[in-house]
Amino acid sequence: MDWSHSLRLVAPEELLSVASLVLLLGAAWARCARDARAITWLAVATLAACAVMVAPTAFTAARGPEVLAFGGLFAADAFAAYAKLLIYAAAGASLLVAPAFFEKLRAYRPEYPVLVLLAVAGMGIMVSATNLLTLYIGLELNSLAAYVLAAFLKDDDRSAEAGLKYFVLGALASGILLFGMSLTYGFTGTTSFTGIAAALQGGVSTGALFGVTFVMAGLAFKISAVPFHMWTPDVYEGAPTPVTLFFASAPKVAALALTMRVTLDAFGSQVAAWQQIVIVAALASIVVGALGAIGQTNIKRLLAYSSINNVGFLLIGLAAATPAGAAGMLVYLAIYVAMTVGGFVAVLMLKDAAGNQVEQIADIAGLSSHRKVLSACLAMIMFSLAGIPPLFGFWGKFVVFQAAVDAGLLPLAVIGIAASVIGAFYYLKVVKVMYFDEPVMKVTGQSNWIHQALLAASALFISPAGYLLTKCLGGLAAAAVAALLHAA
Amino acid sequence: MLNHILSLMLLVPLLGAAICLFVDAKAARTVALAATLIDFALGIVLWNQYEVGGPRWQFQESAELFAGFSWKLGIDGIALMLIELSVFLMPICILASASIKKRVGEYMAAFLLMETLMIGVFSAQDLYLFYIMFEAGLIPMYLIIGIWGGADRIYASYKFFLYTLLGSVLMLIAMLWMVHEAGTTDIPTLMEYNFPVEAQKWLWLAFFASFAVKMPMWPVHTWLPDAHVQAPTAGSVILAGVLLKMGGYGFIRFSLPMFPEASAHFAWLVFALSMIAVVVTSLIALVQHDMKKLIAYSSVAHMAIVTVGLFAFNVQGLEGSMIVMLSHGLVSGALFLCVGVIYDRLHTREIDRYGGLSINMPKYALLFMLFTMASVGLPGTSGFVGEFLSLAGIYQVSSWVAFVAGTGVILGAAYMLYLYRRVAFGEQKNADAAAMTDLSAREVLMLAPIAAVVLWMGVYPESFLAPMRQDIATLDARLSQAKPEGDAKLTAGKPKAAAAHEEPAQHGGAH
Repeated sequence: MDWSHSLRLVAPEELLSVASLVLLLGAAWARCARDARAITWLAVATLAACAVMVAPTAFTAARGPEVLAFGGLFAADAFAAYAKLLIYAAAGASLLVAPAFFEKLRAYRPEYPVLVLLAVAGMGIMVSATNLLTLYIGLELNSLAAYVLAAFLKDDDRSAEAGLKYFVLGALASGILLFGMSLTYGFTGTTSFTGIAAALQGGVSTGALFGVTFVMAGLAFKISAVPFHMWTPDVYEGAPTPVTLFFASAPKVAALALTMRVTLDAFGSQVAAWQQIVIVAALASIVVGALGAIGQTNIKRLLAYSSINNVGFLLIGLAAATPAGAAGMLVYLAIYVAMTVGGFVAVLMLKDAAGNQVEQIADIAGLSSHRKVLSACLAMIMFSLAGIPPLFGFWGKFVVFQAAVDAGLLPLAVIGIAASVIGAFYYLKVVKVMYFDEPVMKVTGQSNWIHQALLAASALFISPAGYLLTKCLGGLAAAAVAALLHAA
Repeated sequence: MLNHILSLMLLVPLLGAAICLFVDAKAARTVALAATLIDFALGIVLWNQYEVGGPRWQFQESAELFAGFSWKLGIDGIALMLIELSVFLMPICILASASIKKRVGEYMAAFLLMETLMIGVFSAQDLYLFYIMFEAGLIPMYLIIGIWGGADRIYASYKFFLYTLLGSVLMLIAMLWMVHEAGTTDIPTLMEYNFPVEAQKWLWLAFFASFAVKMPMWPVHTWLPDAHVQAPTAGSVILAGVLLKMGGYGFIRFSLPMFPEASAHFAWLVFALSMIAVVVTSLIALVQHDMKKLIAYSSVAHMAIVTVGLFAFNVQGLEGSMIVMLSHGLVSGALFLCVGVIYDRLHTREIDRYGGLSINMPKYALLFMLFTMASVGLPGTSGFVGEFLSLAGIYQVSSWVAFVAGTGVILGAAYMLYLYRRVAFGEQKNADAAAMTDLSAREVLMLAPIAAVVLWMGVYPESFLAPMRQDIATLDARLSQAKPEGDAKLTAGKPKAAAAHEEPAQHGGAH
């Protein structure tokens, strides 16, 4: 085994680990908010450096044996690189918006960027995992950091509750996942994805099928697909908003990329064993996500249901079980990250005159009369989430449905898209409240330039101008999927 | 410039919309009027340069900008006429928006965006580009109804949005399947492509779901009266004038040429729904107390004549349907404007609050009568040409359908004349209605051009038929493979052999 080669391949994860430890050390000496800010900027710089390190892999479509590290435990291929770029971008956004939010509550601590970096390192391992054990290490590293992040506002009961809830249910899901992994190992005799794929080539035994099912259930929890979604609204509502932004974007990308690798690579030879599960989870997520959102009065909970709904659409691409479906998912993921970041940044910008956060939908009534740009951006994000052209959110739905139709899953596509109309209802509700209702003039606080810049960037991405990126995004996604399936 | 005139026509209102967002109310009105007038001028250039009898697709342009679809534009005569209708009505809509006082910049931006999207729908030659334009119109229209609409605007805006969206997404799935099967997104190619007959039926139903809602056909028409009544005047004009035509355009561009067998197979469904629509909605219109609602229901009835004509599978029916669409676009738009004129003065749409307006508003009464007559289908107006051709076309297929659809004309005369009598004739019941002033110069400027075109189309429809003739003939040829057998069994009559100077020839022939 060539250690130097392997270490070169995991360089981004090494940098993240070392940086988080060094910053943790630095945090011990941090005294004031300014130090915490400095550490945040250093963390952002680390993420940027990591992005520079992985970008060439994504653009050169690297694949094959030379991207495998540590004897096939870890793959730094184009697929992982694509997912990592999205993860870094989302994590960077959640770092950038944090100081302003926490400082208002006098709760900003330098541990926040450290925990985010650790979670990102875990996610990097997740998306590169080509072995059940690597997978588990990455998943747990990410999850443990995430539990703490959810409870980051120590004085806020809701935040503590969110952390505890996330931890208990997350631990249960990890248990289910481990159980599935042990069954898979027991019936295939290996933990390596390539080995599992080879062992399942001939057919899937009942025991292995149980293994597949349990692994899928554990993963469904991590991506918050119905019926394992119950924690999502509570955790998203309770966690501090920058953390919610983080949860809704980066770990979703990581968990979905991981799910893709497990299903298309390890279980890729037995599509029939998991396709039904994915189809049911996809439709259930779309419908439950849409229906659940209708009654919500808190905008963070609404966005939580919206993320469940979006996972359903993403899973439609997975259900197709074709390269086009996987590429569609990756394109959708990029657009989803932009919409989620934009959505939560807009929520962060909703402040009353005293600078406190406004989270009730009723409180943003008539927002368009006094905060034109903010409400226009939020309306764009809502229409985009609903998948209405010409906004870019439509393109994400379009590519996954195209893959599903091409794969012959017509009933799935028809039911899924018809259910998307239910979803449109509550997205319209937000627009209605902002534009049609009488102003209550509650949201009058100003927000800082970082929020504005992030919102502008995501709004520009999801605007019709985003279509000019379709070729580039599609090319990157296709290369990533080629790398993923090449390993199989 | 001519190579990119369609892109230019899309760009002008879009730029105008962007400017309107950043300027004050007065400037926004000027910018909007200027942008629509420039587009109207471009529309005239387009019509002038359109070569009648030339290549089927003209002003084509194409750019590979996106993955999976491309920026491909081009028009035939049918699209040309509908684009002309759009650009003609838009400046009038802007003029009609003088009573809008709140958020003028955003209002004008929404309208200009609508114009871009409408022209985009009619000129798109790429299936997905068409879909994007078709669907995107929901956003500005939702905002127009919801922000500037009447009392019950929120319910109406939701209903409009969700109804139309549900229809359209099914069409999207059908489009995805078609592209998968045919391997192209090019609309002209798809129009020649023969899909398997079984598949055609499903595809036809999916497209029908979308176009029937847009059209709107009974029983999915219920969004229309709500949306029309609640929308501001200019919004109603655009809805009735152009947006409804997207449904008809969809049938003539997609359903008929792409799925001819399925169209023949489901023609009975269209006929049945249309016959119900003609009778039911006409009767509903007869009992309305709200002027806008009455005109909205009459729109449904007129659109049913369009669908009947489209599925007659012959040239007369198709031409008639196109003329009814153009005529209805002008006439119902004008009628909504007429309602808007008196609504601006008295702020009510109750028919009973008016009466005897011909006494104090003679100019108004004159124009209103012209449009009423055009809606009824009086010879000499555009309504007659379209309805006559449509009914003549359908008569060749089914005399029963022609009979029932024909009652629509009679019922149409009943409810329109009844409306006119209550509003314009009779005694002046209410002092405030009697005190209303006649049309202002701006209002005359809005209504007079429409009146002129209505008469032009009624007296010399050839101007409007000529650009479409070749395209409709092509479509008819395409449909002939699936043409159902009619019950009329028309045979051309034998020329009477009587003229004296022809006798020698006949004589010679007998030997």
